[in-house]
Amino acid sequence: MVGVKSIPSPAISADDRSHEVDHPSSLVAHFGIEQPLSLDCGVDLTPFQIAYQTYGELNADRSNAVLICHALTGDQHVANVHPVTGKPGWWETLVGQGRPLDPDRYFIICSNVIGGCMGSTGPASINPATGKVWGLEFPVITIPDMVRAQAMLIDRLGIDTLFAVVGGSMGGMQVLQWTAAYPERVFSALAIACSTRHSAQNIAFHELGRQAVMADPDWHNGGYADRGIHPHRGLAVARMAAHITYLSDAALHRKFGRRMQDRDLPTFSFDADFQVESYLRYQGSSFVERFDANAYLYLTRAMDYFDIAADHGGVLAKAFADIQTRFCVVSFTSDWLFPTSESRALVHALNASGARVSFAEIETDRGHDAFLLDVPEFFDISRAFLQSAGKARGLNGGGG
Amino acid sequence: MSVQEVLPLGGVATGQSGQVRADHLLVAEMVKPGSKVLDVGCGEGDLLQLLEARGIDGRGIELSREGVNRCVAKGLAVVQGDADTDLVNYPDDAFDYVILSQTLQATRQPKVVLENLLRIGRRAIVSFPNFGFWKMRLQLLIGGHMPRTENLPATWYDTANIHFCTIKDFVELCDAINVKMERSVALDLYGRPVPLNLPWWVWNMFGEQGVFLLSRGGGK
Repeated sequence: MVGVKSIPSPAISADDRSHEVDHPSSLVAHFGIEQPLSLDCGVDLTPFQIAYQTYGELNADRSNAVLICHALTGDQHVANVHPVTGKPGWWETLVGQGRPLDPDRYFIICSNVIGGCMGSTGPASINPATGKVWGLEFPVITIPDMVRAQAMLIDRLGIDTLFAVVGGSMGGMQVLQWTAAYPERVFSALAIACSTRHSAQNIAFHELGRQAVMADPDWHNGGYADRGIHPHRGLAVARMAAHITYLSDAALHRKFGRRMQDRDLPTFSFDADFQVESYLRYQGSSFVERFDANAYLYLTRAMDYFDIAADHGGVLAKAFADIQTRFCVVSFTSDWLFPTSESRALVHALNASGARVSFAEIETDRGHDAFLLDVPEFFDISRAFLQSAGKARGLNGGGG
Repeated sequence: MSVQEVLPLGGVATGQSGQVRADHLLVAEMVKPGSKVLDVGCGEGDLLQLLEARGIDGRGIELSREGVNRCVAKGLAVVQGDADTDLVNYPDDAFDYVILSQTLQATRQPKVVLENLLRIGRRAIVSFPNFGFWKMRLQLLIGGHMPRTENLPATWYDTANIHFCTIKDFVELCDAINVKMERSVALDLYGRPVPLNLPWWVWNMFGEQGVFLLSRGGGK
């Protein structure tokens, strides 16, 4: 007899999650039919809303605003307790008092991306035209669409130029899109563990995740919400596969090795004998508590379509021609999802454009996720870059 | 071509007791304020900091990751890169000056690197240890072994410096690739300029390092 223990059902109810989708416990900017969001697919999205958080205060000159762009499965809850999971903010290592992004010094904004599921309009939101959840009726969105929506939010907040746009992974893609689309509105850009285009390997991993979601019988061709269910098994498998790509062989070995989970001998079953299996199952099941399966499809798709050079006649440097923005590009040695070679290609293009760019590769065995973890060298570089940009911007005070 | 001119250098003789390296001060004096400069092989960014303090828009390339990260942590615009392979990625005329300080001898293709410096920059400033320095000659002649000095302490088998040259050799290279020498200075062991009025072979003997301000020569 072979024992099989599948991924447990989520402990947090679907109601908690779906409440955040339309009525987020954060600030919300509503954009009515007079202000549609023009999407790359040709659709005007209207009405729509953007959920966002802010930390710190905008100064009198409106010159200290920092926009943080979140990654694929992140949200606007950068530095506060998450309303669904109750966990700390996802970037409290970088954002907070005494941290490189200190709310005493900067007015920090982070919005949930369009297509997300934490309060900005996305496939899990109610389509006002039908009164039902959008599901796959929601138009396909792109990274430029996300940035266009953020620009509308920044307008709404009365901010002309952002002191800095900061983000890692998909957030880094948004940072680069900001500088390509609105160079005059970005004084400095901190792009971490990202790329100007999604690689074939990364598209392949995303396709794997999407197929896992779609293979779940509870997915119902994206129409699960009407049935009051959620394809949590498929989404959990997608998350498990993706999570492996965020780590590294060395990090997995250091953290788990071949150690057994609460047992000394193999059970000769497909139970989670190994710690690494147990860990992955936990990652999968905790993820589905806070994330919508269709949103995962849409956001991975947005990353796949991202290719700045393709939008500029195939020449990356043209995207940054004569740009005045100060750049800092950071990569991590063990990141095989967005390897250093991708950052280097970006840096070459920025050099060719005459941009002021710093580029540091940080040695760590923690893989792509290093940007979310406690990596002191990364913080030192971020802090120094922001401080020197702050000096050039005329922001007073030497702390931060 | 002969070595013609020495910069009047206030402060270098006294500067040797301070923190700033004599050759860095000399290089900084050669750069016009307000210009855009690329420092190739910028180390930990000491020269770039000196230049930025003078209102110069400085950028850097450094091979070692540790060096780059220290530079970036100082707020300098420095990228990780290799003079031999990465200069080709820079467009023509991108900088007013490109500086190669004590790095030429560590490149695999000094001639190609020098050509690239003057393609990217309208001017180049190159400094290098002079292998014609009398102490070097003496060590080889009397000691019979590869020279080592205070500034070049590495042994032959672990040195990064693979293309040593003398001031005379460098002048000949500049002639060969049609590079104009606008200013030339030899510094002695203490970082003092070798006096102007001495014949240039004295420089090649008593200059511990040479510092050259170069520009593109006219057509041949």
